[in-house]
Amino acid sequence: MERHTTDSRVKGVSTGTTILAVKFRGGVLIGSDSRASIGGSYVASRVINKLIQVHDRIFCCIAGSLADAQAVTRAAKFQLSFHSVQMDSPPLVKAAASVLRELCYSNKEELQAGFITAGWDKKKGPQVYTVSLGGMLLSLPFTIGGSGSTYIYGYVDAKYKADMSREECLQFATNALALAMGRDNVSGGIIHLVVITEEGAEHIVIPGDKLPKFHDQ
Amino acid sequence: MRRGTGNETGSFLFKKNKKKNPVLSHCSNKMAASVAVAGAQHLSSVSDLVPDWARQEVSTGTTIMAVEFDGGVVIGADSRTTTGAYIANRVTDKLTPIHDRIFCCRSGSAADTQAIADAVTYQLGFHSIELDEPPLVRTAANLFKEMCYRYREELMAGIIVAGWDKRRGGQVYTVPMGGMLVRQPVSVGGSGSSYVYGFVDSNYRSGMSKEECLRFVAEALTLAMERDGSSGGVARLAVITEEGLERRVILGNELPKFFSA
Repeated sequence: MERHTTDSRVKGVSTGTTILAVKFRGGVLIGSDSRASIGGSYVASRVINKLIQVHDRIFCCIAGSLADAQAVTRAAKFQLSFHSVQMDSPPLVKAAASVLRELCYSNKEELQAGFITAGWDKKKGPQVYTVSLGGMLLSLPFTIGGSGSTYIYGYVDAKYKADMSREECLQFATNALALAMGRDNVSGGIIHLVVITEEGAEHIVIPGDKLPKFHDQ
Repeated sequence: MRRGTGNETGSFLFKKNKKKNPVLSHCSNKMAASVAVAGAQHLSSVSDLVPDWARQEVSTGTTIMAVEFDGGVVIGADSRTTTGAYIANRVTDKLTPIHDRIFCCRSGSAADTQAIADAVTYQLGFHSIELDEPPLVRTAANLFKEMCYRYREELMAGIIVAGWDKRRGGQVYTVPMGGMLVRQPVSVGGSGSSYVYGFVDSNYRSGMSKEECLRFVAEALTLAMERDGSSGGVARLAVITEEGLERRVILGNELPKFFSA
């Protein structure tokens, strides 16, 4: 889990951001804030959706340069759909993560984007993968990323439990994102969450006024 | 450029603009005549023979924390002091007494913070004798602030001042780098603090008891020590109340356990 401290040096629009993905009993939850900033002082968009659907039950979320991330995810989406047609079955989550990793690793000099991939497939069920800036691929029970993630390492280490229920997981992710958004100036806006299970993917949005409040608010 | 032997307490490193150390001259104190001029400033020419860590400044890259409760304060710190990648002291005591019921938690350059703490201890002791009563925590905090702000370019020090006095009870004041002063019910500092902002924000409640505060601080320190490379070792805690001072040490294997990926 890398600290994305390079956000202020990203040229153009950056998703100085907080993203996370958590495995729970029966599925995965992937979530992010909604702020895109330029240089840390101008919010280019306060409602962007950083959760990109690369296939029916596979989503990825992006951190770093928005342009790079969009280019990579478009390429990945194409490759995955082609692969899925060839195999005549839905792609594995690991395949999606690998495609992203290949793109990140081969172009590591030019790119400045990191990804979290989460999804459900028939072979291994719910999975979470992280592809870091230089192209390392790791499978984890949960992962956090983006500039705001620094502030919630302690919180997620303390609060994560394996095998949570869907409601517990939603609460955990919402709290974590809200805490990070409260401390990181380049994360903010609303919370986007996607819950992926065998049944499908459900998109949940938590607007600013419904965010959990903590002691100093 | 800073040179020095790195490890001596109270030894001073010449600062960037090569002025004589301001804290020294401010105080006109006995202090380290061992101003490490390091006349042997030829280290650069023997860079192969001198290990990396001997050329780096000693830093308390650290995690420090203080919480107010009704009747006093609980303060805590990790115990790691590093020179680059080498851990110069793995059992450091970063909780420094300034007066009977006033402590400070130090983070940043070890030399700078020790010097500042010594200077403030002297000034506060003198002030307390003049007043003929125990000093206020706010006074101590202001003395820190004066020094940290006046010499902000030369110093690298983030300090949390905490203690108990009769007028306002338990108080925590934070003086981060740059020299701001603000009172907060709970404050974290040092490099490891970034990782526990979320945990502290979510777990702090006003009106906690002494035991709850102790547990809260121990947990936060543990989480930070797990994630920050510059924090580690044992967790040192102290409780300051009207009655006095109580110090505790939680050894590495006794720290609370959390999930690890």
